[in-house]
Amino acid sequence: MGMTITEKILADHAGREKVTPGELVTCDVDIALGNDITAPIAIKAFEGAGAKKVYDTEKVVLVPDHFVPNKDIASAQQAQIMRLFAKDQKITNYFEVGQMGIEHALLPERSLTLPGDIIIGADSHTCTYGALGAFSTGVGSTDLAATMITGKIWLRVPETMKFVFNGKKKNKWISGKDYILYTIGKIGVSGALYRAMEFTGSMIEEATMDDRFSLANMAVEAGAKNGIVHTDRKTLDFINSQDQKPSREYKVYESDDDANYHSVHEFNGDDIDLQVAFPHLPENTKPVAEAKNIKLDQVVVGSCTNGRLADLEVVAGLLKGQKVADGVRMIIIPATQKIYKQAMARGYVETFIDAGAVFSTPTCGPCLGGHMGILAEGEKCLATTNRNFVGRMGHPKSEVYLASPAIAAASAVTGVITDPADIAGE
Amino acid sequence: MGIIKGKCWKFGANVDTDLIIPARYLNTSDPVELAKHVMEDASPSFAGKVGKGDIIVADENFGCGSSREHAPIAIKTAGVSLVIAPFFARIFYRNAFNMGLPILECEAAVKDIVEGDEITADLATGEIKNLTKGNTYKAEPIPPFMMELIDAGGLMNYTMKTMAN
Repeated sequence: MGMTITEKILADHAGREKVTPGELVTCDVDIALGNDITAPIAIKAFEGAGAKKVYDTEKVVLVPDHFVPNKDIASAQQAQIMRLFAKDQKITNYFEVGQMGIEHALLPERSLTLPGDIIIGADSHTCTYGALGAFSTGVGSTDLAATMITGKIWLRVPETMKFVFNGKKKNKWISGKDYILYTIGKIGVSGALYRAMEFTGSMIEEATMDDRFSLANMAVEAGAKNGIVHTDRKTLDFINSQDQKPSREYKVYESDDDANYHSVHEFNGDDIDLQVAFPHLPENTKPVAEAKNIKLDQVVVGSCTNGRLADLEVVAGLLKGQKVADGVRMIIIPATQKIYKQAMARGYVETFIDAGAVFSTPTCGPCLGGHMGILAEGEKCLATTNRNFVGRMGHPKSEVYLASPAIAAASAVTGVITDPADIAGE
Repeated sequence: MGIIKGKCWKFGANVDTDLIIPARYLNTSDPVELAKHVMEDASPSFAGKVGKGDIIVADENFGCGSSREHAPIAIKTAGVSLVIAPFFARIFYRNAFNMGLPILECEAAVKDIVEGDEITADLATGEIKNLTKGNTYKAEPIPPFMMELIDAGGLMNYTMKTMAN
């Protein structure tokens, strides 16, 4: 019996020939990540245990991105704890405001996350790097603290669910966000609990890297341990096109033909419409046609799910020459400084501002109800983010609808949830 | 490890970490501050009513969403001695064992227990007794490695002990 890509990566990092789902293994960690919310607790645990040095000053990566630039004194204190720790420990991959971006967009840009890696992060959306063919998963602060000391992590080898996307996408507006919302709608928010989600098929091969990042990013919303896409020419081109080259070797893994899967789920492009996830769970998905005419107070484009250049490109295309509807606040947040500059160079920022949108410095901000777009009681927001739980973006009686950047842009123009084809004149 | 005894508070399915501790309070990692807002968006009066040793009994997928360890920290610091659910979201499950919040998986208990019931739970055997109703339930056994973590007093103690050896 062969192994899946996830099993192979875990086996290699545990110094084993073979691993089987269900067994516990201790793996070497290539990157251990923390942010301004989770790292302070990890640092307290690290210091409380009497640890003196992190296992590797290049492999521990710290990114202030959630509540920065700091929104209040308390959040500034948290960011300071991480800043001082990074300085004291001589952490090379600490990214201060000005260099930072949303962690899961920033690390691939810096070539810190590579195919075949094991990446753990004290942030649930650490599963994003599965788009590169890496095993990456979210953990808590105490796990991060232990890994910062030992360079290792205990993992239960997950069973793998295979998702095959056959055929072609229905129209040009369909994106990776629709693939993953559709999937979560099918299997539910605990449908992949403790398991790996392996995404394959012609539509995944055709998908851009930005689409694949969105796809892997939301595996956690189905309860999965990790989401993973096979490394191919597009992945390698993405890595080779970054300004910063990888500082270490990496290895590309493939699932064996006779690998064992928990289940195989075949989807067809003809069945996948533009998706909207209704409040208050990401599994409450409907085709956009069933969401039309819901009146919005706010539209947010950004986050680790959809704050990349391709996302801004789609939004700029739809907003060009248009105005954000009266009564709607549109907030657009590029995921990194590099994306910010590219958006300026391509004229997107001017388009956004002319349309009446806000263009912000990179931050997780409103996605988790931190700052930069908090909702009042009774307000409705359509967001390209990843969670629509009660109170996620502000008041417990506000509502968040999750969708792609194309739907977000179209909806900002009309003021109600809208199919992009309706405003693009097609 | 002794027997846990307490009064039960019931919650529904998919209690996410934003319900357990909303992000608007994550600008601190002070356990006492976090505990003041525990379960606030699920039950605004809970933090004021929960007593030391009380038990949370919730439906499936408890703790889904964010990796924030502030969630189990808030629950534990509020005095909650145990959380019972049919199953837990993955990161919450790890976090609970890592930082020493006892949890048990038991669907039968969740179905039968009503708010206010007094129960006892034996983590070593997984036996849960409902003192109010006189019923007994059997939880999924805690995996051996998780018991090692509990016995060591959490992941950090376990890690430092392993390093010393």
